[in-house]
Amino acid sequence: MAEEAKEKVVKVAKEKKLADPVAASIDLATQIMIKRAQELGIDTVFDRAENMKPCNIGIQGTCCKVCAMGPCRLPLTKSAGDGPDERKGLCGATANTIAARNFARMVAAGTSAHSDHGRTVAEVFLSVARKESHDYKIKDPLRLLQIAPCFDVATTVEVDGQTVDREIDEIALEVAEKAIAEWGKPEGTLSYLKRAPQPLQDKWKKHGVEPRAIDREVVDIMHRTTMGVDQDYKNIVKQCTRASLADGWGGAMMATDLQDVMFGRPTPIQSEVNLGIMKQDHVNILIHGHEPVLSEMIVAASQSKEMIDHAKSVGAKGIQLGGICCTGNEILQRHGVPPAGTFLQQELAIITGACDAMVVDVQCVFQNLANVAKCFHTKLITTHPMAKMEQENVIHIEFDEHHAMEDAKRIVRMAIDNFKNRGAEVMIPKIKSTQIAGFGVESIEYHLGGTFRGSYYTLNDNIINGRIRGLGAVVGCNNARTQHNNFHITLVKELIKNDVLVLTTGCAGIACGMHGMLTPETAGVYCGPGLKEVCETVGIPPVLHLGSCVDNTRILLAATEMIKAGGPWKDLCDIPAVGAAPEWMSEKAIAIGQYVVSSGIYTIFGGYLPIDGAPEFRNYLFNEIEKLYGGRWDVAETPIEMAQKMIAQIDKKRKELGIDKARDRVLMDMADRQKLEAM
Amino acid sequence: MSRLVAFAAIQGGYNIVSKVEGMYKKALETYNADTKVGFPNTAYYLPVIYSLLGLKVETLEDMKKPLDFARGLLPPHVKGSHHLPYLGPLLDAGMAALFAFEIREALRYLNEPDFYLHSEDIDQEAGKIWLGAADDTVFRKRGVEFVDGSAPGFAAIVGAAPSPEIAKLIVEEYQKRSLYIFLAANQNGTTVAEQLLEAGVQIGWNTRIVPFGPDISSAIFALGFANRATMAFGGIKPGDYKKVLLYNKNRIFAFVNALGDVNAEWAAAAAGCVNWGFPTIADTDIPEILPTGICTYEHVVANVKHEDMVQKSVEVRGLKVSVSKIDIPCAFGPAYEGERVRGADLFCQMGGGKTQATELVKLAQMNEIEDGKVEVIGPDIKDVKPGEAFPLGIYVQIAGRDFQVDFEPILERQIHHLINYIQGVMHIGQRDIAWIRVGKAAVDKGFSLKDIGVVLHAKFHQDFQKIVDKVQVTLYTKKADVEKLTKRARGEYKTRDERVEKMTDESVQTYYSCTLCQSFAPNHVCTVSPERTGLCGAYNWMDCKASFEINPTGPNQPIEKGECLDTVLGQWKGVNEFIFKASRGAVTHYNFYSMIKDPMTTCGCCEAIAATLPTCNGIMTVHRDYTGETPCGMKFTTLAGVMGGGASSPGFVGHSKFNVTQGKFLLGDGGLLRMVWMPKSLKEEIKDRIIKRGAALGCPNLYDMIADETVGITEEEIMPFLQKVGHPALSMPSLLG
Repeated sequence: MAEEAKEKVVKVAKEKKLADPVAASIDLATQIMIKRAQELGIDTVFDRAENMKPCNIGIQGTCCKVCAMGPCRLPLTKSAGDGPDERKGLCGATANTIAARNFARMVAAGTSAHSDHGRTVAEVFLSVARKESHDYKIKDPLRLLQIAPCFDVATTVEVDGQTVDREIDEIALEVAEKAIAEWGKPEGTLSYLKRAPQPLQDKWKKHGVEPRAIDREVVDIMHRTTMGVDQDYKNIVKQCTRASLADGWGGAMMATDLQDVMFGRPTPIQSEVNLGIMKQDHVNILIHGHEPVLSEMIVAASQSKEMIDHAKSVGAKGIQLGGICCTGNEILQRHGVPPAGTFLQQELAIITGACDAMVVDVQCVFQNLANVAKCFHTKLITTHPMAKMEQENVIHIEFDEHHAMEDAKRIVRMAIDNFKNRGAEVMIPKIKSTQIAGFGVESIEYHLGGTFRGSYYTLNDNIINGRIRGLGAVVGCNNARTQHNNFHITLVKELIKNDVLVLTTGCAGIACGMHGMLTPETAGVYCGPGLKEVCETVGIPPVLHLGSCVDNTRILLAATEMIKAGGPWKDLCDIPAVGAAPEWMSEKAIAIGQYVVSSGIYTIFGGYLPIDGAPEFRNYLFNEIEKLYGGRWDVAETPIEMAQKMIAQIDKKRKELGIDKARDRVLMDMADRQKLEAM
Repeated sequence: MSRLVAFAAIQGGYNIVSKVEGMYKKALETYNADTKVGFPNTAYYLPVIYSLLGLKVETLEDMKKPLDFARGLLPPHVKGSHHLPYLGPLLDAGMAALFAFEIREALRYLNEPDFYLHSEDIDQEAGKIWLGAADDTVFRKRGVEFVDGSAPGFAAIVGAAPSPEIAKLIVEEYQKRSLYIFLAANQNGTTVAEQLLEAGVQIGWNTRIVPFGPDISSAIFALGFANRATMAFGGIKPGDYKKVLLYNKNRIFAFVNALGDVNAEWAAAAAGCVNWGFPTIADTDIPEILPTGICTYEHVVANVKHEDMVQKSVEVRGLKVSVSKIDIPCAFGPAYEGERVRGADLFCQMGGGKTQATELVKLAQMNEIEDGKVEVIGPDIKDVKPGEAFPLGIYVQIAGRDFQVDFEPILERQIHHLINYIQGVMHIGQRDIAWIRVGKAAVDKGFSLKDIGVVLHAKFHQDFQKIVDKVQVTLYTKKADVEKLTKRARGEYKTRDERVEKMTDESVQTYYSCTLCQSFAPNHVCTVSPERTGLCGAYNWMDCKASFEINPTGPNQPIEKGECLDTVLGQWKGVNEFIFKASRGAVTHYNFYSMIKDPMTTCGCCEAIAATLPTCNGIMTVHRDYTGETPCGMKFTTLAGVMGGGASSPGFVGHSKFNVTQGKFLLGDGGLLRMVWMPKSLKEEIKDRIIKRGAALGCPNLYDMIADETVGITEEEIMPFLQKVGHPALSMPSLLG
């Protein structure tokens, strides 16, 4: 059966173009595995990218298919000239309306992805709080106490006139109930908005974009972008803002927080990354997707003596877990489980022939995994009720938080039992890198001064004095339309060379790890002198990995902490910080980009945005929107261009703050000291 | 490079904590767990532990908690090149080491009670050169200098210089900049303290060179000194570690000089100091930590040449200090103020009962005098034999468009410390009871009486430039001239005293604020009226007035007292409005003449503190030099701890010693007749004025009715005495109303 399938694949592949491994990726392990796949006649995303070009109208964002009179296609042709833009759909929808609708629906999709992830986490947390789920517990009560006030949940109670700590279970239950209500509460705005700097909150209020219930904002977009509703692109963008904020300052942020409450907040941790983490003599289980609810249990199960003994009984030396995409990042930052690769390496991990099981949940999972798995012994296991695959070789084990450990053990056992079915074709590239990951809002604060002096002020001070030029968040996906990891790494190197401290999440983070950017000694090799000095002082890499894509909210909160710590900035838009998604591909990236822009931060994407077919709408996102929230969109085609634009933006902010010149050493005499403000 | 520091300091932290744990275990085997431990005469327990952790260590068993805390702070070791971040861990390890140091030193006080000399001066002959922890008396006295800026900061020097000469060079440069120099630790058994003694430098609190101890752990006394300032003057609550440390970073300009090889324990201590914002400047090639953030500027600067050490250190700390450049052959600065000229060092002297010495400052017309003219009429030092005494008259004439007769005594009072600032010259007393002793060392350098004139001319111009245009100094050394000047001066003194005595709160419309202490006590604002001199004893109404004329935007601002809201308690509308603003809203109002109802706030640098004694229906007061118990149940230092930092504390009030006999002293509560207890030394100090004021209040023998510690130190003990002498307070209306 397997032989037959392989034959078939080989035959089809012969007629197709093959990717050039070196042109496809800058990562040696990936190059080796692409070549290996081609030898085996298995097609991968890299080959498919050679054979199918993107739709040239879709790429412009001007194909409207919201009604059956269309699809109406409104390409912006080079011959269009300078005259008035008379393009319109059957109903009269302009290119601006169509592109804005498409864009808005991407925001809706992205928001729903992060937020539904958040909802799952919140539901599990509710069951924990209700004591219905015994496999999870509150691992980080301090985090719970930290977020409780955001939901107006009291952490103390009055007993006989004395203020005493409230029972943690009581707090948990109230937080859980209030959190879950955020998705569907009938009135009011999101509780977490108050975590933003006050001037930003004021802007949101002024422009009427404070999100209401999370689900409502998604529904709102779907409604207003359907046939014949909102036909003013500015008004559509306004809703994009509102929905995206429901993501960044709502669903995604709650996902991060509640995961921290249940699984513990991350702390810096040493690990490895890339396909080379898989071990020939171990049972290899790869966990792929985004929600760490099940994977937390799989980590626990695979560390249990019962499972390790079982693995040994089948002739393996142990169990090696590995992650892919953001589930990988989640278990990396909390347990040090090494990621086996990025989004674009998911097929390759199976092609090693050493993957005994790949467990997937939601988001960014290639359907082609099933086809690849067919060529090997690999068990491909879907676990989420909303994420199944049509192929018959895919096993579905639906995860249920009430029997979480049971489910996890079943999966691990299945992988172990599958060890013996490995073929002779195992080939794991011996390539992996060491990395330090697991940075978070609190751990950064701690490492900037320890238990007693830990404060973002240290960071601020080094930005003010110019050792650090600014902050660059380099986040997001991989995209087979661009050389794998090249945009990320070239950009990151250029940024740190120019003293920009880089924060990373998602597949960008995994890419940075693969290419050695997440080690402290990188600072000495690639950084400008100022950043190098700071990194050496703190003992950090110049690129800080903050987790998965929902953890972009950690970046928002870290920036908010910078404002609280005191500095010339009063709002996020004042900080010399920029955001970038160089190899973006997912709708989630658009939602993130929109909430980052709406939080006041300049955001630049690599390649293109599907808005070029509507220049006026594009101009609105690239320029006009800055007047409302302080942030704006931009794109760059090459990493160097992107770095230059980001640095220019950072320098612009530095100039506005008056910190563009070298700071004088101020020597204080008594009169200066008497003028000091009281603390 | 920082990795090496982190590696070493964390290692050092482990060593220190382990060692101290061992000592603690041994102590527990030797003594009972409830054995009292602590530093001498302090209300702040082990001050670093108390201020940062809020833990009061009073007994041996109390040490366990902070020691366990230190153990818990120790971070994982820095491993390999792919290490985890280490700055936070490094600072934590340093802090753990410092907590352990403080416990170690407390154990030393327990095990070797005579190791440190509890004194401001060393006893070189007895071989007692280590002074250990500053007690609260020293701390408050010296603390004021940090508050008013006469001491801009301190240099904590650890180790030893390559030679005594280099040690002297560095320390004298700090002295010239008026910094305190705290000495600790040794380098292979050699210490800076011993090097200085060898080089003939006087050490002790009086010359601002304080030998704490020979081991690195004694460096903790410097931090204990700093942290007490944050609690006493800054009003920061013990346990509020963030504020304590930030206060130090922003307001206490201290730093560490590491002389000689830096071992792991030193590295840990240096890392610990970074928590305070105190950087380390070293003369050896240790890894530098230059980025800013925890400290104001660099954290560790290495390889500094000895000749650049002082300049580099103040720069790294961000401290602006000026060196008085005065053209005399001797060094000059506040650091020499407390220096003694002892019998063996004496070359000659003027005044002090042996001969007459008189000082007088008088206003002159602009065309009457010549600026900078200094004349010695009679024999100068070169003309006298060693050991001789001769009379001296210092006559200073000042002209200036804004100079007033009222300013004469203010400038005259400066003569005392200005002459004392000359290295090798000592000045005692004032007016017609002055006493000047000139040391051999000064004479060897070429000191002459003319230099006194040079100093006065230069400093009066420097410090009073707004009111002083011309200064002429005449020094008389012939007996007849001195007697003539003295006669004239006594007449002037009399007129002045009468003028001041006649001055009442009612006689002026303007009071003056004093926010000099706000560099340290941000919420505190003093108001000085003619009959309520500043509680630090340094500023009376006239001083404030002059200070305002000299520096119109300075810490002394005029306050239109405005409508009187309470004549008995002494409260004015204009004053309330001013203090509300100047205290940044922290204080809305206070009364001048009451300690019961909303008394004036104190910064923590008051000379004396009055407290109610309800059983005696009276009040007591205690000054900061008295370290014993008092009838209110608290020592001075405890009292000051309770009420410092700008808080209004009913039942207590800070005041100057002079204020006790002023007309309005606590008049709202019954005035001086309420006074039932004072320390004997204070009573004697102001004896004449108590008698005079008592008589004015119709109680001529009040002085004899006030109990002191020889009568008792509890209310119960002094009550029979009060009844026996018929103290007026007993028959007054109930104090608490």
